[in-house]
Amino acid sequence: MAIRINGTETRAPADPRVSLLDLLRETLHLTGTKKGCNQGACGACTVLADGERILSCLALAVQFEGRSITTIEGLAGQDGMHPLQLAFIEHDGFQCGYCTPGQICSAVGMAAELARGAPSAVTTDLGAATVRFTGEEARERMSGNLCRCGAHNGIIAAITQTYAGAAL
Amino acid sequence: MTPFSYTRAGDAADAVRLGAFGGAKYLGGGTNLVDLLRETIERPSALVDVAGLPATIEEREDGSLLIGAATRNAALAEHRAVRSHYPVLARAILAGASAQIRNMATVGGNILQRTRCAYFYDDEGSRCNKRSPGQGCDALDGFNRIHAILGASADCVATHPSDMCVALAALDATVHLQGPAGTRRLKLTGLHRLPGTRPDLETALEPGELITAVELPALPAGARSTYRKVRDRASYAFALVSVAAVLEADSGTVREVRLALGGVAPKPWRARKAEDALRGGPATVQAFRAAAESELADAAPLRDNGFKVELAKRTITAVLGDLAGVAA
Repeated sequence: MAIRINGTETRAPADPRVSLLDLLRETLHLTGTKKGCNQGACGACTVLADGERILSCLALAVQFEGRSITTIEGLAGQDGMHPLQLAFIEHDGFQCGYCTPGQICSAVGMAAELARGAPSAVTTDLGAATVRFTGEEARERMSGNLCRCGAHNGIIAAITQTYAGAAL
Repeated sequence: MTPFSYTRAGDAADAVRLGAFGGAKYLGGGTNLVDLLRETIERPSALVDVAGLPATIEEREDGSLLIGAATRNAALAEHRAVRSHYPVLARAILAGASAQIRNMATVGGNILQRTRCAYFYDDEGSRCNKRSPGQGCDALDGFNRIHAILGASADCVATHPSDMCVALAALDATVHLQGPAGTRRLKLTGLHRLPGTRPDLETALEPGELITAVELPALPAGARSTYRKVRDRASYAFALVSVAAVLEADSGTVREVRLALGGVAPKPWRARKAEDALRGGPATVQAFRAAAESELADAAPLRDNGFKVELAKRTITAVLGDLAGVAA
């Protein structure tokens, strides 16, 4: 079984010790996905697996045989950048840029969670079918992605502008 | 990582057959195990991937819920029945880790995750009886602010890091197991062991035994439940103290109460002394505080974690007060 990465089928590594992150960066040279802490604490390695955000550093590549992975390189469409990428530029959602691919992939995964009404730790009414997407919700839902430059305010602004009210 | 083979199990019987070989380990989402492999704290010869086993959540006629062990944490917290009938469980899961990790982590893996004690992780620089039995414990006289105040021993003071398990303990969950000798069931509260003189033995699981499902009995119709986690930052941090509570109160009297604590003990800590003190008594702030005092009477704080004693008492009192609708 192959792993589908940004639409292209890739053979899983023969050595099961290779992480999904290392497969992306070292074998496929998709260096948009970043290695920050390599222990699941920073979120820089966030990618989408069948649309769900995951940490590629805590994943063995072989676990994802038969799955479809989207990285930051796969987010832009035919007609240019993803709306969230544009929003990050508009709101200064980065300084050094190292956490940015993870932040953006994470937020795209978060939008799907919001769209189906998944609650978060700060959602007051667990029974509600829809989530009111406040700044507090955005910060809680993005807490797995750290930015050491301190661009969080810009990041949250970009995300809330892109997704608040977008049929959520 | 040291070398290992990797095989995907097709079903539980397949997994148990593959897992029966010495040195094999079951792999769920990998969010804890991959990290421990990388640190060479875990050195299995074979990984048996059980993440593809049943991940269904079955609502049964008697009101109970049967959760496949491969269910992802995020899926469990999001499930309609969990949100409406077991809010303590949904809240506990959502208080843990990050969204990315909750998407990966399985229920079985969450239950079997290992401590986050920094001395356990520090393979090269620290002594740890859990990692290397008989070596000694550097946490005892080290920086032990996050360590246990209940149930620890002179050999190990590490805490169990799970939020989900604290809710499962309060919900009287039963764990379904399958192993080389067949299937059996175990109360979640009986699954994790206290460290005693063998902190390396963390559970009552037999070699090769696999968690296949978790069963939640129905709660009493009038019961309310919730989870509160106190930590160093607002999100994405392990608990200093957490409280899972189920309360059924009627006309100011406690009919039924189940209470469990996280962040304070080597296992999800069912607070039975507090429960006994409360059952049948008044649902008042004074009674809640007195029950918390009785549970924490045995607390044995270390150099840096004395604050957890009062923090646990206050958190218990506040959570029960919220559920009973009485102001603290």
